[in-house]
Amino acid sequence: MLILECPYCGVKAEETELHAGGEAHLKRFGPGSSDSEFHDYLFMRENPKGVHFDRWRHINGCGKWFHAARCTMTLEVFGTYSAQTFEPPQDIRDAISAKRPDWTWREFK
Amino acid sequence: MSDPVSALQGAQFSGIASVEEGGLAGMITLRGDLGSKVMQAAVKEATGADIPATNQVSLSADGGTAWMSPDELLLMVSYTEVEEILAALNKSLAGEHALAVNVSDARAVFRVSGDGARETLAKICPVDLSAEAFVPGQFRRTRMAQVAAAFWLDESGAFTIVCFRSVADYVFNLLSNAAHPQSAVGVY
Repeated sequence: MLILECPYCGVKAEETELHAGGEAHLKRFGPGSSDSEFHDYLFMRENPKGVHFDRWRHINGCGKWFHAARCTMTLEVFGTYSAQTFEPPQDIRDAISAKRPDWTWREFK
Repeated sequence: MSDPVSALQGAQFSGIASVEEGGLAGMITLRGDLGSKVMQAAVKEATGADIPATNQVSLSADGGTAWMSPDELLLMVSYTEVEEILAALNKSLAGEHALAVNVSDARAVFRVSGDGARETLAKICPVDLSAEAFVPGQFRRTRMAQVAAAFWLDESGAFTIVCFRSVADYVFNLLSNAAHPQSAVGVY
């Protein structure tokens, strides 16, 4: 059971109170992009064993979307942060580096 | 005009806690910037209560205000006066980026009181309801078995639960089952 703290209401919500929203920090390629860019945007997803970033919605609570950084292998949660960002904030990256010094995820490390 | 009736018309159950349908309650959903001075004054005027802190409820003599999300409040007022209060609220919020809607008839209210009240709710909600963690004045939106619900605890140790009217019967059965006289677990 995954327990995430919603950064908006501060509630420590367990998985059944939340709704998973898929991979975090996707950049949309819409009209005007090439076929391969659109293909990658639509289908290519990370599937790491280890550090992963995903989106969650506090659906049975305050209803807000947020981001979570967690480990897919141990279910350890490194932190949750606001949805209004294009990349993981520095404090989250530091928290991950403290425990997984050589982590990488897409272009982030 | 037909007479308005609440979903279960005051249904009651008594077990390790007593469960009671709360009857008609006036409720207004208000969305907007909770930090704005105009909003604070308008809420105070409508309910007599201040805007509560995060995850709190602030109660006044004849109503109250509950924190629903960073940009949403639930205003509780008298059922018969809800339309006048809403009109006054919209007037005082003129020019603000805000939205107020009367949701009284979309909701059902329950009251769970007695020694087993914490335990009754703890059986059906993924919430830490121990006396240290959940204190009077706290407000929580959560999941009650399969449906969304919200509740707060008042000074007398009773919970008031707000859910959608369409699931009122389900919630009443759920609470009654959780409050079954022979179902005490004795954790709280």
